[in-house]
Amino acid sequence: MGATIVEKIFSRKCGGDIRAGEVVMAPVDGAMIHDITGPLAIQKFYEMGGSKVFDPEHIILLFDHQIPADSIPAAENHVYMRKFAAEQHIHNYDINEGVCHQVVLEKGRAAPGEIIVGADSHTCMYGAAGAFATGIGSTDMGFALKFGALYFKVPETIRAEISGKFPNRVGAKDLILSIAADIGADGATYQAIEFTGKTIENLDMAGRMTCCNMAIEMGAKAGIVAPDKITWEYMKGRRKMKPFPLESDIDASYVTKRSYSVSDMEPQVAVPNNVDTGVPVSKVAGTRIDQVFIGSCTNGRFEDLEEAAEVLGKKKFNTKVRVIIIPASRDEYLKTLKAGLIERFVKAGALVEAPCCGPCMGGAFGLLAPGEVSLSTSNRNFKGRQGSTEGRVYLCSPATAAASAITGVITDPREV
Amino acid sequence: MRVWKFGDDIDTDAIIPGRFLTIYDPRELAKHAFEGTRDDYAKNAKAGDIIVGGRNFGCGSSREHAPLALVGGGVNVVVAKSFARIFFRNSINVGLLPVVCKDADKIADGAKITLDIKKGYIEDDGKHYIIEPVPAFMQGIIDAGGLVAYAKSLKEVPSCTKSQQ
Repeated sequence: MGATIVEKIFSRKCGGDIRAGEVVMAPVDGAMIHDITGPLAIQKFYEMGGSKVFDPEHIILLFDHQIPADSIPAAENHVYMRKFAAEQHIHNYDINEGVCHQVVLEKGRAAPGEIIVGADSHTCMYGAAGAFATGIGSTDMGFALKFGALYFKVPETIRAEISGKFPNRVGAKDLILSIAADIGADGATYQAIEFTGKTIENLDMAGRMTCCNMAIEMGAKAGIVAPDKITWEYMKGRRKMKPFPLESDIDASYVTKRSYSVSDMEPQVAVPNNVDTGVPVSKVAGTRIDQVFIGSCTNGRFEDLEEAAEVLGKKKFNTKVRVIIIPASRDEYLKTLKAGLIERFVKAGALVEAPCCGPCMGGAFGLLAPGEVSLSTSNRNFKGRQGSTEGRVYLCSPATAAASAITGVITDPREV
Repeated sequence: MRVWKFGDDIDTDAIIPGRFLTIYDPRELAKHAFEGTRDDYAKNAKAGDIIVGGRNFGCGSSREHAPLALVGGGVNVVVAKSFARIFFRNSINVGLLPVVCKDADKIADGAKITLDIKKGYIEDDGKHYIIEPVPAFMQGIIDAGGLVAYAKSLKEVPSCTKSQQ
């Protein structure tokens, strides 16, 4: 019986034949902490008797949820983590670089075949680079910081084969919202989702990141795309390594195989208060909105902002809508700036903020009042996710967000 | 021990909203548990009370603040039909016992239930509901007194060793 890509990653690391269902103490190639989960992880590291981290070179430390510090406790957390970074000789990206997941990939801190853990649920995004990456809590992170290893139950894999060509103004976010609606909020619990097929082969890294990022919204432990030319091209200049073959065997054993076609797909919108509620935009078109957020680790890349700008054209955003645009990282910000898009967004009426998690954090800024409605390109629409539990959050693609920001109501991006 | 009953897909934003994540003291977090979702909980929950949820309890964020906000109020057990993966593991790590019970939805809010872990059932007004055992490698962590205690006892970890499932 052949092996899945996930089984191969664990087998490569441990030099044996490791299969789904086995529990293994596997070494980690990277461990990421940020300003929300980091302080507790550090505290646990010390409580565990830790004095020196397993390897400072393999720890990624930054602040992205509450930056610049939005409260004194947040500032104190930053100070605590800066001190830890200095003492342990860990490079500190501080508040300067952007949203953790984007930064990890951009800086080449996750690569094909690696096992990465992050104290954040959307760590599964690094599967876009062919890594096995999963979100963990702070105590598990304390353990990983001390030992450079962690217990993993090697997951079974769902094979999601995607075919067809995206229609105009339909893309990766619409695809992943429709997969989430199909699989359900807990349909992939304890499993990995491998995205494969012609559509994925033709999808750029930005789109692959969007898909892998949201694997957790189905309960998945990881999302992954087998590394190919596009992946290795992305790794160039970020990481010195020679391409090597890494893919699931044809006769690998999957827990289920699902296929999706995007050729006739409509733009999708997930309605409050769960992510697996995706419906074609036509079902919710006309819904009044108060705020639009374009950004986050899910959809804050240059490609996403370019998609929004293309829909915007020479129009203005609706003055009744607060439009908040946040590039996911300093690099993405600079690309957007150089392309002249930031000027266009600002002139059209948007607020363009410095790279950070923004309203998706639900605590820093951009919060909703009771009764308000947000349309967001981020990954979660849980009750209270962006402020008041009486606020409502809809999720969509950058194109749909831009179109709706122009009209002031949820709008099919193909109609503006 | 009264039951606080919740539905399906109770996410970590509902358990502890994002604006309280600068707090790490479990007792302080407990004051805001389920704020905006079920405001009578933090006011009235007592040590020893049990939370009962439906499917996919604890989905969403990896924030360990969520199980800590429950432990901080003296709740040591959450029963649910199923748990989200990260929350399940975080719970064990911080001393909150996640108990899988397929009949969780038969338990009513306010019910007085007792749990017999060794015999593997919940007793609810004379009715017995079977609970599932915790996976063996996680039980090992519970037996050691949690992950911190387990980690303290180790100088290094035997990398690539397999464990019981």
